Amino acid sequence: MDVKQLYQDIILEHGKSPQNFGKLDGYSHEAKGYNPLCGDQVQIYLKLNNEKKVENLTFEGSGCAISIASTSIMTELVKGKSFISAKSIINAFLSMIKNKTEIRLKDLDEDQKIKMMSLSGVKQYPMRVKCATLAWHTLTSAMEGKKQQVNTETVDI
Amino acid sequence: MDINTIKSQFPIFSKKINGKPLTYLDSSNSSQKPIGVINSLDFFYKNEFSNIGRSIHSLAVNATNKFEETRMSVKNFINASHKEEIIFTKNATEAINLVATTFGQQNIKKGDEILITELEHHSNYVPWHYLRETRGAIIKFAPINDDGDIIIEELKNLITSKTKIIAVTHLSNVTGTIVPIKEIVEIARKKNIPVLVDGCQSTPHIKVDVKDLDCDFYAISCHKVYGPTGVGILYAKKKWLEKLPPYIGGGGMISEVKKDKISYAPLPEKYEAGTMPTAEVVAFCESIKFIKSIGIENIVKHEKEVTNYALDKLKKINSVNIVGNPKNKAGVISFTIKGIHPHDISTIVDEEGVAIRAGHHCCQILHERLGLTATARASIGIYNSKEDIDVLCESIEKCRKVFELK
Repeated sequence: MDVKQLYQDIILEHGKSPQNFGKLDGYSHEAKGYNPLCGDQVQIYLKLNNEKKVENLTFEGSGCAISIASTSIMTELVKGKSFISAKSIINAFLSMIKNKTEIRLKDLDEDQKIKMMSLSGVKQYPMRVKCATLAWHTLTSAMEGKKQQVNTETVDI
Repeated sequence: MDINTIKSQFPIFSKKINGKPLTYLDSSNSSQKPIGVINSLDFFYKNEFSNIGRSIHSLAVNATNKFEETRMSVKNFINASHKEEIIFTKNATEAINLVATTFGQQNIKKGDEILITELEHHSNYVPWHYLRETRGAIIKFAPINDDGDIIIEELKNLITSKTKIIAVTHLSNVTGTIVPIKEIVEIARKKNIPVLVDGCQSTPHIKVDVKDLDCDFYAISCHKVYGPTGVGILYAKKKWLEKLPPYIGGGGMISEVKKDKISYAPLPEKYEAGTMPTAEVVAFCESIKFIKSIGIENIVKHEKEVTNYALDKLKKINSVNIVGNPKNKAGVISFTIKGIHPHDISTIVDEEGVAIRAGHHCCQILHERLGLTATARASIGIYNSKEDIDVLCESIEKCRKVFELK
């Protein structure tokens, strides 16, 4: 496989200039994630409103291009979605990385699906899968109000 | 010295990685194995296998002799005084744990100090941390300067009447710093403090003479010395091994076992409980033969040449930054590229068959001190040539291209 399939333009762009980066004022939920293999860290800030909609979502952290791009894309895809819809986007992403490439989600438009798909190349690089999934597990943890830091060595993928 | 002749002794270099010839620059992590070592493992299992030291049949006698031959060979290789000073362990980590645990039991009480340095690998910090947790010891870190050299004056100043042991690496696995062990031992001697040296990185790359260093303990990782995995070595001065309590208890390390008392075996068996990695220890003899056939002076000279070539060439690449600039540097080159995370570098160069390591290399304290979370590391072994460095630099150019760096 050509490495360019992993480092697609869309990933490089998000890696270089991540969206929704920084601490969120007035967040309602937060969670930390850590990948002990490489030292990558991510902190997710989330504002759920009264209707349990993701009103805003930002992150801080350091990591490789894959991990920063994955986090940045995630914030774009989940922002503005309902709690349930956000959960199904997370599940769709994780199952894409695990096995299926096809994404059947009515919650995402074509453009957003392409963004998510741009991360599917990670599957070919088993040592890099956790770079891509760290933020998504951390978001789940934030949404569920868990206190403990997410550690890539103790989650499934 | 012909590197191609040396390289041809390593079967792995005939394999392709991602369709490309293997450019192996991860020897600080683990070295590749010469055919003599591989053949020895194969031969021993096919023709000579038996457990050692227990049975009196012919196979057992022969296996025991071979095992002891390696001990003798290690003793001569590092210039120990007695063969009983050579203890085989699972790995160098276990060797350091052996010392930390037994020395700690006998000599460390609440408030006592253990002096290590900011250069240390986790395996020369975590075992001492256990003594902080279990016995209330205090761990002090001798600082380094920005070049990656230990500031000896500061190390000296950190020694107090409570300092019970100094544990320090001989060669940093991040900056390649060759630490002036003799100087540190001389300082420690004056205060009667024992010194443990982590020799994982030094043993395959520079001359190790424990008599000359005069250290009390020296830990070696055999898989980094072109040997099999599963074997480490603890060198310790006889007086310590006689004085310290045993570590792991079980078969082979006892003299007499009664319901109300147990006496322990003499050295070195006292510290070698249970079945040992027999074939691996026997095969390690071939690693020493391999190194001796080249000569450690020739190894030092060759690796220095390749290292200097690599440093010159890497420094010329825009946005590459070499980590540390120690006075005396071996073939361990950690670097960063502005704008590309080390994990991305490693993935991209791997496509070109280049094996480097990326991360904190089990040295989080050192990375924190240098203000880094991760680095990429190219480390040199006897089989590496200037051509390998050329391939590395080309693959770094590819990283820059993928990331569209100027």
